[in-house]
Parts: sequence; C-alpha cells; structure tokens
Amino acid sequence: MVIIGAGECGVRAAFALRENGYGGSITLVGAEKHLPYERPPLSKDAMISEEHPAPRTIASEHQFLERNISFLADTAVTGIDRKAKKVIFANGNSLAYDKVLLATGAIPRILPLAVESKHCTYLRSYDDALAIRARFQPGANIAIIGGGFIGLELAASARKRGASVTVLETQARVLMRGVPEEIAKIIAARHAQEGVHLRCGIELSGISDNDARATITLADGESLEADLVVIGIGATPVTALAEAAGLEIGNGIIVNEHLQTDDPAIFAAGDCCAFPLSIYGGRRVRLEAWRNAQEQGTLAARNMLGLAEPHLSVPWFWSDQYDLGLQVSGLADEGSTIIRRDLGDDAFILFHLASDGRLVAASGIGPGNAVARDIRLAEMLIARRAYPDPAHLAASDIKLKSLLAA
Amino acid sequence: MSDWIEACTADDIDEEDVMRFDHEGRTFAIYRSPDDEFFATDGLCTHEHIHLADGLVMDDIIECPKHNGRFNYKTGQAKGAPVCVNLRTYPVKVEAGKVLIQLSQ
Repeated sequence: MVIIGAGECGVRAAFALRENGYGGSITLVGAEKHLPYERPPLSKDAMISEEHPAPRTIASEHQFLERNISFLADTAVTGIDRKAKKVIFANGNSLAYDKVLLATGAIPRILPLAVESKHCTYLRSYDDALAIRARFQPGANIAIIGGGFIGLELAASARKRGASVTVLETQARVLMRGVPEEIAKIIAARHAQEGVHLRCGIELSGISDNDARATITLADGESLEADLVVIGIGATPVTALAEAAGLEIGNGIIVNEHLQTDDPAIFAAGDCCAFPLSIYGGRRVRLEAWRNAQEQGTLAARNMLGLAEPHLSVPWFWSDQYDLGLQVSGLADEGSTIIRRDLGDDAFILFHLASDGRLVAASGIGPGNAVARDIRLAEMLIARRAYPDPAHLAASDIKLKSLLAA
Repeated sequence: MSDWIEACTADDIDEEDVMRFDHEGRTFAIYRSPDDEFFATDGLCTHEHIHLADGLVMDDIIECPKHNGRFNYKTGQAKGAPVCVNLRTYPVKVEAGKVLIQLSQ
C-alpha cells in the first residue's frame, strides 16, 4: 500500500491500515522534511505562543517503527504508472503498489494578479508559519488579503502580537462561504473591537514593492503600504499527479462514496478529493477540514482493504479567533430557514432548515467551546435526517439531547 | 493520605452530563452517568488541553468538544485518534446529596 501525502489524512490512513489488520507493506510519502504535523495550529497557537513553536507532530518515528510503516520524508512523487502499478519518485526510483491513496491535500489559491513583491506570502506549511510569525512584530504593518478563516485567524494572531492589521476582502462581508451573516457580523465586530481594519467590498489592482515595504493598489487608485502581505484567499486541491495519471478531475480528484477514483486501485481522501455527500442527495463536495481529513483517511484505508463502506459523515469544522469559538456542522447553504437558539453567555446557535423542514446544518458562535456540545448534538440530528420542531430548536430550556431520543 | 473534596451537589449535574470543577489550580470533570452514578477525571483532554466539561456525554463516553477525542470517563481509557493518552480518574462518592472526589496527595 502506498499513501501519497503525509498530512492528517495520510497518517490516519496508514495507521488505520494496520488497525484493520493489514500485514503487508505500507509506505507513507511526505513532501516536507518534518515528521507529519497538525496544520490547524499554524494560523493560531504557532503564531502567538511565547516560545518558538515546535510542529505539533501527529506521529513519531517510534510509532512508525512500531507499526512497520515506512515513512519517506522530503520525497516528491512525480508519477503513477497505472499499467505497471508503480509509483515513480523524483529520484527515478519506483515502488510497486496494490493500492494507492492520494492524500495530497490542498495548497493556497494564488492571487490572480500581477504581484511583484518579495513581501507577499501564503500560509500552508510549518515553515511558512515560522516565516510569517517572525514578521508579526509590535508595530509592524500587516496586510491580509482575504477575509476567510485563514485570513481572520491570522489577523487575530497578528493583533495579539501587537502588529497593526488591515484585512482586505473583495466580497461584501467576511466569511462569505459557509458562515451565515448573523455570525459573520459578530466576528467582524470583534475584529474591529480588537483594532483590525476590516475593509470589505474592495477591488485589488496590484501589489508592488517600495524598498522595504509592499504597496497594495486598489482599483479606485488608493494605495496601502505594508511590511508584510499575507494572502489567504482559499485553497486549490493538489490534483496534478492524479491528472497526469489520467484520473477524472473536477473540483478535486473525483471519487465515489467509497473514496475510490475511476481506477479501482487508486483512492483519494481529504482536501484533495471531491466526493458525494449522501445526506445531501449525493451532492458532490470537497471539504477543507481537519476532521474530514481524519475520517476520510480512516475510511479510505478500510476500503483499500476491500470493506466497501460508504462515506456517511456530516461535514464539521471550527475556527478560533480571540476567545471566540465558531463551529459549523452540515452545509448551511442547503437551508432556507434559520432558527436561532440562545445559549446564554453571548453564545447562540443557528439551525438551518431545508424548505421541507429537515435540519441540514447548524452554526454556532460563543466564547471558547460554549457551542460545541449543542453543535455536536445538531450534527447527530442532521445525520439522522431529522425534522425537529422549530419551536423546540428555539427553546433553550428544551434539551437538544431530548430531541435525539424522539 | 488523601482528602475527599466536595465538588458539587448531585443536583448540579443532569444524568448523562458533565460539569467542570476547579480546585487549587487544577481542573476536573465530574460526570453523572445515565444509570445515575458519578465519576471524576482530569478536566483537560490529553490531546490539546481542552476543557472536557464543554464536551458531550453519551453513555459512558465523554467526547472532547474540539477534536472529538473520546474517553471512557469511568475508566479514563482513550478510545482512539486523536487521543492516545488515557485520562486520569479519581474516586467519587455521594454523601447527603454532595459529590465528593478523592484527590490523592
């Protein structure tokens, strides 16, 4: 078994192969020189910790040895020879496979603009995080392009380190994708309160360097100076290998409900794959989320062993900014009605109901993990395709758990 | 020797639920099982030190509110990725409606 990509998804798959009794050879191929590590802290804890942040590793050398998993760091795969069933490496070597898992992830979407600046950067890896962190200094002027999760988490981190921060967003509001306006407003207000200059609805025309600083030019002629420009405008699935191998590609590597590509010996999972979500009638989605990477890695491993289990999970993600915790379960854009439930302590949950009354998503915000438990219960209701009574959802004194029993 | 510390009253926790208890700089989670027994563990997840009392109790499992790491709160046993280190548990008794936990010295 060969797993290409050693992020959350690839590592979980490697471990799951062993946990499910597979005794043959497992090779996990990573492009970076580090042991596999968690990416969620890169925009948050790794930016604000007092001490130099070590990568938060997912697996140790010892764990790989113990499980007889061959982990290749700093290794580029250049091709998959499907006929010969071999993975080809950059150094010319090759490795025969029975099954391959593509867990190649996603990389930052590149700003579609002429950028002539050495002060512009993206966040993907631990090394990127260290480079950005070094520039988040008191008094530094940081511009962040993109008011999505990465941009806003970085804005919060930069403020905590005393930098001055401007966020530029081309859409009318922040978190346009996947987060309802009522919640986005609270997050935007919080950033404003913390001193972030949030500018939505702008149009960029270019970025250039002016000695030690970058100059961002807007379409209306205005220009802004920054010591560092971080671009966080979404992610693109890494599909080159799959594409070169002739596999079907859409918004990601196309897989069926078993995470299998159109070549039965090749699977894809995590951020790189577009898969059908059964709870939304097979709607094909691609998720960029930590838990999905874990779950799909595990599921792909089981299916590489022939179990043929379908993906049934409900999408879920979180974001932390300052002391605010946001969690979303399900796909909010499937809903047409919103029911609000207040949880006290400035926390609330929005339930998203489809036109026929089915619960399709829940999104919540509050201090810390105040919404976590109820979002988790909502997720179970969504998974059951429940049609909860809107009056019960809105009534804080009726326990969500009691709706599960219904 | 060890002391029994009053953590809360039995009525403070619903069945199949959990609450946080802080004591002398340490944090604990106190559970009431669906069959009305009380248990106590360290309050922070062994993965990323998240307060477990914000998590969901289902049967004898507590689930971390952030990364869904699961533990059996009766035994402290970690139930798989991302958690691999067990939770420490503490003896609990209920006396006159008060929940007491025993913190070893």
